[in-house]
Amino acid sequence: MLSSDQAIEFYRQMLLIRRFEETAMELFKKGVLNGTVHTCIGQECCSVGVINALNRQRDVVFSNHRGHGHFLALNDNLEGLMAELMGRATGVCGGIGGSQHLHQGNFYSNGIQGGIVPVATGMALAEKHLRTGAMCVVFLGDGTMGEGVVYESFNLAATWQIPILFVIENNRYAQTTPVELTHCGALANRPRAFGIETICASGFDVEEVYARATELVQRVRSGQPGCLHLDTYRLAAHSKGDDTRDPAEIAAYWQKDPLKAFGASVSATARDAVKRQVETRMQEAVASCLQGKSQDFARYRERMGDREFART
Amino acid sequence: MSTATIVSDLNRALRECFLADGRVVLWGEDVLSPYGGAFKVTAGISADFPGRVFTTPISEAAIVGMGVGAAMRGLRPVVEIMFGDFLLLAADQLVNHAAKFAGMYNGAVKVPLVVRTPMGGYRGYGPTHSQSLEKHLLGVPGLRVVAVNHFTSPGALLKTAILGGDGPVVFIENKALYSQSVQLGGDGVLEVTELDDESGYPMVRVVNFSKGVKADLTAVSYGGLSLQWEQALRDLAADEIRVELFLPTLLSDLLLAPIAESVSRTGRLLASEEGTRGFSFGSEVVARIAETVGTKQRAKFRQVGAARVVIPSDKSLEREMLPSSHALVTAALEMIEL
Repeated sequence: MLSSDQAIEFYRQMLLIRRFEETAMELFKKGVLNGTVHTCIGQECCSVGVINALNRQRDVVFSNHRGHGHFLALNDNLEGLMAELMGRATGVCGGIGGSQHLHQGNFYSNGIQGGIVPVATGMALAEKHLRTGAMCVVFLGDGTMGEGVVYESFNLAATWQIPILFVIENNRYAQTTPVELTHCGALANRPRAFGIETICASGFDVEEVYARATELVQRVRSGQPGCLHLDTYRLAAHSKGDDTRDPAEIAAYWQKDPLKAFGASVSATARDAVKRQVETRMQEAVASCLQGKSQDFARYRERMGDREFART
Repeated sequence: MSTATIVSDLNRALRECFLADGRVVLWGEDVLSPYGGAFKVTAGISADFPGRVFTTPISEAAIVGMGVGAAMRGLRPVVEIMFGDFLLLAADQLVNHAAKFAGMYNGAVKVPLVVRTPMGGYRGYGPTHSQSLEKHLLGVPGLRVVAVNHFTSPGALLKTAILGGDGPVVFIENKALYSQSVQLGGDGVLEVTELDDESGYPMVRVVNFSKGVKADLTAVSYGGLSLQWEQALRDLAADEIRVELFLPTLLSDLLLAPIAESVSRTGRLLASEEGTRGFSFGSEVVARIAETVGTKQRAKFRQVGAARVVIPSDKSLEREMLPSSHALVTAALEMIEL
């Protein structure tokens, strides 16, 4: 059971993520954002519930192409993330990484499906080797479960007793493809086949996610990998506007909107205060980013050691 | 001067790295004592450094990927891929992870990972255990590719990679080299020197003539082909063909100036490699030298490499497919006579 302060804080984080994603889509439509953007609208409980069960000072979070929510839940750096999406020098990766390739503090993401899973496992092995007491969490989607390297990582995490928590956010679609067309059996049974303790929870209920994640985090800290399988749903398109799902299905899931549902458990006064705070931060961040500049390319190239013609 | 074998030199260097730095860890397939890896480079290490050497399942992508993660958290992992051919199973980890992180995270991350692997043929292992695939990794921003040859201490290169590096290194050994002796300094026929720069990976210069004599031909090669070149240089010396051979050890960031300077004197460049010809180290060297020297004077260029077919298992066919010392001699003579 969350305390009232905790509930307000969870709501704030969820709203921050939601508003960030909505703002990103608006900016994209206006042509301000370059490239593409994958939003996690509807999946906010997954990042907030899991990441609040961690020790933010020492634990490490690995994410994927749909990683803004994970990033904000861990680092709360709305300004740095917005600047990164807009390609500004002040972005968390100087505008090089963009939406899918983020790093700040204990957060890493990459745009290759499943590729970062062994990296997370190796970092968790290093934490064990160095006896830091830290653990790693890596977020996967149902689509990622098609990648072989995920199972190499499950096998090694279990065999070597590595302190890592795998979180499968099953939003039922890999881009446009329903999970039933591409995957057999229950996804949760896959980590179980490696002896990894796996718990299933509803990704629409942040309290439940937080409670189950807390249980698993305790287990992982004792030196065994764990897996949390979350049923969730992406309420917006895969990226930009490409959506081939049945509108009636999407509408039905909007009825279960986790932000609205959880918001009802927070007092109207607190909700309004949080909304005002998030809105102000968002507007200031966007305004500041619109004024920002890209970093100097020649200097970036030099810092990265591109000496190709210097040595000839 | 003959010293240790390549494999014992590598083993000694690994031990020295384990002793020098507690952050050094190692994993790969079948690396534990008493086996010590398919080619024995890790012999005895797991027994002498308990808790720091791990045997892995046959999971090349995870072997490399976990090395990336451990390196980012402050360890200095050395991972072994049993045969270079299997490196392709970890290509995504090398290109999209190990090599990418520093750049895409704007310089905030370092990945001091060493991926050791033996490449090369001449041993009859056939199509999937004999290739020289490093050309596919040359030109990847952020990825260093280092190759040993038998004219410089491979152990010294390995120590640079493990202890001195701040980014990922693919460290190419060569199966045909392992049992050979390291030849430092040269002998009555060959003179060996090392051209060092700040990189820590010297380029080896081998000549088959004495000081004060003008070279006829500039040659560039790398890796295990140093063995074929040693024979070729001796044969050419007998014919009084004077060759200045350069063997870079850092393939991904070539030190071109000494090669260009040599070609400006000889007017001839023979680029050679064990791997299949074209889209390769040799073609890059030729192109880059042509861009510099070729604009100032006429020069002749020639490449020698493996035939562009699958490597045959049959001994005589493999010998025909891979470059031989005879092929190097023939190419050198043709360049000079034509």
